[in-house]
Amino acid sequence: MNNLKFLAGLFSFALIGIFLMSADHIDAPAVSNGTADIADYYAFESKENSENMVFAVSIQGLLSPAATGNASFDENVLIEINIDNNGDAVEDLVIQLIPRDGKMYAFGPYAPGNTGLVSSIDDDATRIVADITAYGETAKIGTNGSSKLFAGPRDDPFFFDLGAYSEILAGNATAFSSPGTDTFAGTNVLAVVVEVPKSSLGNADTVNTWVETKIKN
Amino acid sequence: MNFIKFKSFSLCLCLVASCLFVISCDKDDDTTTTPTPATVDFSGQYTQADQKGRPAVNTVFVPSGSKDAFNKTIPSQMGAAYASVFETTLTTLNPGYTTNALTWDATTFSSALATDVLTVSTVGKTTFFDGVNVLTGRALEDDVIDVELLLIFGGPDGMANAGLTSDNVAANDKDFLNTFPYLATAW
Repeated sequence: MNNLKFLAGLFSFALIGIFLMSADHIDAPAVSNGTADIADYYAFESKENSENMVFAVSIQGLLSPAATGNASFDENVLIEINIDNNGDAVEDLVIQLIPRDGKMYAFGPYAPGNTGLVSSIDDDATRIVADITAYGETAKIGTNGSSKLFAGPRDDPFFFDLGAYSEILAGNATAFSSPGTDTFAGTNVLAVVVEVPKSSLGNADTVNTWVETKIKN
Repeated sequence: MNFIKFKSFSLCLCLVASCLFVISCDKDDDTTTTPTPATVDFSGQYTQADQKGRPAVNTVFVPSGSKDAFNKTIPSQMGAAYASVFETTLTTLNPGYTTNALTWDATTFSSALATDVLTVSTVGKTTFFDGVNVLTGRALEDDVIDVELLLIFGGPDGMANAGLTSDNVAANDKDFLNTFPYLATAW
């Protein structure tokens, strides 16, 4: 879905269409329906520890509760958090997230051997390991020092009246409704949340960050 | 096929682990065999499929025929490739666009958006916009849609196009947590 990322593609669809697509929402054509489809990305200071930064990634969005138990992380899909700490929009550090046999592994932050569209994993890098939390289970949290890792289904944290926006763009409405209707209410995502010391991100007061999914060749 | 191979590999690991367990419990065992440590395979190369920096705006601005290409354009090359395309989209969405609350004209705004990275402060409050801090991160509670609607449609003082500057959904449908992992439990 890449919340809004798929918006442009939805412009011509009626609201009912959005719900029909809830199990296979579209993003860009190559990733829609897939296990590599990013839904959303967040980066914020830890609420527990002001010395830490949190990166939260959601994928496979718009899961209904009925579909959530069957959703799973794909062992061929690498989720890569990129951090640029010198302002050139090229990653200086990565945190790589990949599932293996019921566990999520987080490697980094570490300086990757090469930047850009193709990545490999240095499994000598600092790691955090967490058991993947199943649907309905209490969150299982992996730790390494003050770093933490979670992977599993969560409520989609995004909120937006996508239906009203689509109607506006389609020319069927000239303003949002009040109150609006959260199109993402009652839906789930697969989430990976990783918390690391700010000191592991370099010395810059401001960093640039983005997330990628990469599929095994 | 890879999955099947991996499964059989994992099965082997389980067997190895079981053996280790048996050995370690057998304190009288005098074997000198050094067991092979269980390893997990992280080898191989991974090629980009999808990417995302800031919420919402950027990809709203990418024409439908370019979405896959945008997902495979590295951020340092996005500005050159997409700034003018974004400007066209912006002025199509809001033909009356002059500047916005950040005092950015259409070219400045489009250029800023085209490099799709999220800027995050490591020394101050992290928020998309809280009335004071601008683009210093993205917290779960941030109403990013209203911020972006305001910047696209609200004009220099945020007062223009009043019906288009908020979707009137101000918060998530579940409360976020104050402790890790912060996101609310699934429905």
